[in-house]
Amino acid sequence: MKKFFFEVLIILKDGILDPQGSATQKVLKRLEYPIDNIRFGKLITFEITAKDKDNAEKIAKEITYNSLINPVLENFELKLLKEIEI
Amino acid sequence: MKAGIIVFPGSNCDRDAEFALNMAGFKTEYIWHDYENIKDYNLIFIPGGFSYGDYLRAGALAKFSPVMKQIEKYILNENGFVLGVCNGFQILTEAEILSGALTKNNSLKFICKDVDIKPINRETAFSRYITKDSLTIPIAHSEGNYYIENYEELKNKNLIAFEYIKNPNGSIGNIAGIYNETFNVLGMMPHPERNSLKILGNGDGLEILLSIRRSLENE
Repeated sequence: MKKFFFEVLIILKDGILDPQGSATQKVLKRLEYPIDNIRFGKLITFEITAKDKDNAEKIAKEITYNSLINPVLENFELKLLKEIEI
Repeated sequence: MKAGIIVFPGSNCDRDAEFALNMAGFKTEYIWHDYENIKDYNLIFIPGGFSYGDYLRAGALAKFSPVMKQIEKYILNENGFVLGVCNGFQILTEAEILSGALTKNNSLKFICKDVDIKPINRETAFSRYITKDSLTIPIAHSEGNYYIENYEELKNKNLIAFEYIKNPNGSIGNIAGIYNETFNVLGMMPHPERNSLKILGNGDGLEILLSIRRSLENE
């Protein structure tokens, strides 16, 4: 078996209001920085034990889509960071 | 008439729900979230609060509790009615029992105040016996901004239960509550259980609970 280390970046879809982002932007604008479109996201990391990469990726994707994100509001990018033999 | 109130770790409106449901003439029982038999209740109330601390997203972790599988069956078999309030509404959307999602209020603030809502579809068990054209019901939430991609479809299918008269949180179409397609589930952000007596405001919240009870009795 191997252990696979994943990270998933969760971002709000375009058009979904991001109040944290807009509040932060407002403050930075007030400081006169030329900044636009600040969006906050979430970074979640986890480890999957599986026999191969395909299997691990399948499980990771399933967990992400069914639990970690809300597909009405959010998009995600799932990345395999590394794998180790156990 | 018997109502079951689901209690998740972090629910905090369960006692208000019990009080209000008793006022509306229901016998009540608390149901711990890992309980697996809810068939015998005429109404299931999913109360507000912070189930599982609202970690991940509001309502997201609660949908995996064993009782939620039973609630899905209960709805499918039309055993009775389900009312989700505030966090209960968030749980129902996360479980995809109700469509759309609830996201942060556009003001960035937690809002706690009385708001006026009007019943839109007045033909359901939840609304049939509401006597007034608008109800004053308190809200208390930071993630009550309702969003759905196909708003028109929701409207055309007559699934909008309540609209805010003055939108407090940025919800699309001023939506305060919606039904599922078989009209046996209502999810709403305002808390009817917190205004069930005149002494708590004007008692408007009881109108919804009484409508459910009368509909059950007249079935």
